[in-house]
Amino acid sequence: MSTVIETPLSRHKPEKIDQAVIRFAGDSGDGMQITGSQFTNTVALYGNDIATFPDFPAEIRAPAGTLPGVSGYQLHFASSDVFTPGDSVDVLIAMNPAALKVNVGDLKANGILIVNSDSFKENDLRKAQMTSNPLEDHSLDKYRLFSVELERLTRVALEHLGLDAKSMDRCKNFFALGMCYWLYNRSMDSTVRWIGDKFKNKPLLVEANKLAMKAGYSYCEATEAFQISYEIPPAQLAPGMYRNLSGNQALALGFVTASQKSGLRLFQGSYPITPASDILHELSQYKDFGVMTFQAEDEIAAITSAIGAAYAGALALTTTSGPGMALKTEALGLAVAVEIPLVICDIQRGGPSTGLPTKTEQADLLQALFGRNSEAPIPIVAPATPSDCFWAALEASRIAVKYMVPVIVLSDGYLANGAEPWRIPNASEIPEFPVHFATEANSPNGYLPYKRDPQTLARPWAVPGTPGLEHRIGGLEKQDVTGNINYEPLNHENMVRIRAAKVAAIAQDIPDAVPVGDAEGDLLIIAWGSTHGAITAALKAQRVEGRKIGHVHLRHLNPLPSNLGDVIKRYKQVLVPELNMGQLLWVLRAKYLVDAIGLNKIQGRPFKQAELEQKIEELLG
Amino acid sequence: MSTATLPPITPLTKKDFQTDQEVRWCPGCGDYAILSAVQSVFPELGIKRENFVIVSGIGCSSRFPYYMNTFGFHTIHGRAPAVATGIKAIRPDLEVWVATGDGDALSIGGNHTIHMLRRNVGIKVLLFNNKIYGLTKGQYSPTSEFNKKTKSTPFGSVDRPFNPVSLAIGAEATFVARSVDVFQSHLKETLRYAAAHKGSAFVEILQNCNIFNDGAWFSLTERDARSEHVIQLEHGKPLVFGKNRDKGIRRKPDGDIEVVPLGNGISESDLVVHDAHHPRPSYAFLLSHMEHRPGFPTPLGVFRAWDDLPRYEDVMNQQIKDVIAKRGSGDLNKLLHAGDTWEVK
Repeated sequence: MSTVIETPLSRHKPEKIDQAVIRFAGDSGDGMQITGSQFTNTVALYGNDIATFPDFPAEIRAPAGTLPGVSGYQLHFASSDVFTPGDSVDVLIAMNPAALKVNVGDLKANGILIVNSDSFKENDLRKAQMTSNPLEDHSLDKYRLFSVELERLTRVALEHLGLDAKSMDRCKNFFALGMCYWLYNRSMDSTVRWIGDKFKNKPLLVEANKLAMKAGYSYCEATEAFQISYEIPPAQLAPGMYRNLSGNQALALGFVTASQKSGLRLFQGSYPITPASDILHELSQYKDFGVMTFQAEDEIAAITSAIGAAYAGALALTTTSGPGMALKTEALGLAVAVEIPLVICDIQRGGPSTGLPTKTEQADLLQALFGRNSEAPIPIVAPATPSDCFWAALEASRIAVKYMVPVIVLSDGYLANGAEPWRIPNASEIPEFPVHFATEANSPNGYLPYKRDPQTLARPWAVPGTPGLEHRIGGLEKQDVTGNINYEPLNHENMVRIRAAKVAAIAQDIPDAVPVGDAEGDLLIIAWGSTHGAITAALKAQRVEGRKIGHVHLRHLNPLPSNLGDVIKRYKQVLVPELNMGQLLWVLRAKYLVDAIGLNKIQGRPFKQAELEQKIEELLG
Repeated sequence: MSTATLPPITPLTKKDFQTDQEVRWCPGCGDYAILSAVQSVFPELGIKRENFVIVSGIGCSSRFPYYMNTFGFHTIHGRAPAVATGIKAIRPDLEVWVATGDGDALSIGGNHTIHMLRRNVGIKVLLFNNKIYGLTKGQYSPTSEFNKKTKSTPFGSVDRPFNPVSLAIGAEATFVARSVDVFQSHLKETLRYAAAHKGSAFVEILQNCNIFNDGAWFSLTERDARSEHVIQLEHGKPLVFGKNRDKGIRRKPDGDIEVVPLGNGISESDLVVHDAHHPRPSYAFLLSHMEHRPGFPTPLGVFRAWDDLPRYEDVMNQQIKDVIAKRGSGDLNKLLHAGDTWEVK
């Protein structure tokens, strides 16, 4: 049978392996994020399970070739479940000395190291603060080093196109990508399609990038440079349709879905901020779903416009990161006081202040819980993985409109930019949560804006334009039921307690905490957010003979599941790993009087599996 | 004629816009007069009561929504224009008015004020300017005159004040007017003009705080002084003022303006004829600035009413309609399955 194969296949018989971790590293202008995400897409489409870790500097273009300008993209892909992007890497592609210096420490001994030898001239080495050339001084002897003249070879491949030298050099990342496709025996087809789409108005660039990639592939084929290539079979994922999804994309899809399922227009008020801006970029594309995106003049207008939209009957959303959360604080209090539905996404990053804009952290938990004047409780929902952001968005929206409260979604930079395969749900299987606006007076004396639903304690939602329901609301303390301004001492205490009780009662409407692993025993790990993958991997490795370990990953941080205190009592020790100084730890110790232990990392990076395993070993001996 | 199917239309009255809440401004406050004027004008507009929304921030003026029997939202300091923008975006059909003050709109909320105006959101802004902070009991405001002695500036303020009208015109507001609390008929007339404007309408209302800044506007409101110090802007009419209508504003050859006495060969035909509908804001800005110059009067009335710019909320909603017309209404299942997908069997 003759089969037309668009890309040449290796004549080597590839060696079958289970998993690999690959990291592309270069200057922030070298296109490493594109290279990494293209490789990711290809292996995901093939059916591998994946976890990614894009790691880039806050500077758009730090001085070329310097250490602060290094941008990296790490991918873990496997034929079985993948929980983390990997502690160390099997293959490192370093486009210059700075990228080599920053990343080589994570390369396994005997790992494959591909470097662009054209960028190891004296000047390049000086910019990376290197005194000798590592390609010559034997400092890389413990790795399988492949020095490739990426620039020269790319220029040779493209010389007939008539491009200038700079444009040709810009294609060298695709040469490297082509080499990696050869190394892992993967088809270039999906990237070929992507290039065609990306540069559709620049046919010359389509040609150049395709040629560079194919040249990289052919180079490996012709020179037998690696002498070996690998094959990682597809993972055995649950049956269904899949796509590759990042956390911010997932949030955007989740809110569009929430809008459709609630029957409310989606309004997003937002001010651009790293690492949350992609949610605005995504949602602004979905105008065919009636989505209204408003790029406000500042963070405060972003949330207050959303409050206005909610008041007018929209499913209202504002998206930001820590510094923006700080600015929104007063408006959050207003949303609590006027009891209006609103979803606030905080994509956490390293702080305080501007901190580490592109690096991940979980240190806004206490800000989300308490960062407002006076008693202003707000429910908090935390996604655990990139694709879980979809479900977190739906859950936050459901709570907001059912209880007439603002709800905070606490994601982080790692979830926002990281990607994983997502089993796509059928839209019709996602439950609806229709909203009913008040349409008529709820008492013989007319409309009472704070007359509550006895079950949920939610007040009615009467939107402007509804005849006969004219009423006034505001940030001043009001009398329950009537909503009239009221400064009486006992009324104030009553209102504070009602607002608290309303949020506390949501605990009856969320699932109980069910530990993964052992349901009782030696150690309970309680965690939240993006640490899920690393903890899951560590737990799998550490649940050996004689050790009973359970893991509760909290989806709801306020209110906490009502059985959490009972679950805690079933274990001898409690470990709380967090990318902060111990914020959930502090809450759990205060609420349950448990002598829980923290594992805390504040480096702008996610946990490594080994760090968690080491702590578990230490506790269980 | 048998037209019995139509329900009888009962015209709204001033009383329909009053609430049962006790008004809690100080006795003698200029805000009462503004409230009364608004309650008088609203029933004339032919708009259903439930379609009015009054949004406010913080300050004495921002208590306004509680006294209007419409939908009302008393928000937080300075943010009313942003809240109102969200309301208008979702419900362009609503008639949204913002009640604000010199501190609320020009100090803590200055950013939202200028951005709402440059976007031309269809919101009416009533800025109650008493040149003082009243609710916090008497500190100087961003419109207080230089060297103002107040609780927070016992040796005199060192800030130069904002001119609210200049600021609004600088932000290219499409409607800018000024009136005075005690000139009831002028105020009502100005409110009617504002109501008729489709885009952002900014109305500065000179308002007396009889507790902390009594008499701030007396030079414009006292019977003896006002005709010398005030010039009424009327579209299509020459700029004349003075007790005996004996002075006017004339263009100089360099484009600037000057005050000239009428008579001795200078007649009204030599004067600037007010053009509120000029598409460019520079002429209105020149007018707004004249009160700072010796010998010039303070203008009242409509500085600028240029309504050819589409409203922000209409453009926003039209863009959505256009995309739907082009792509069709979004299909959720297709959206979820968009991009590169693969099947695991």
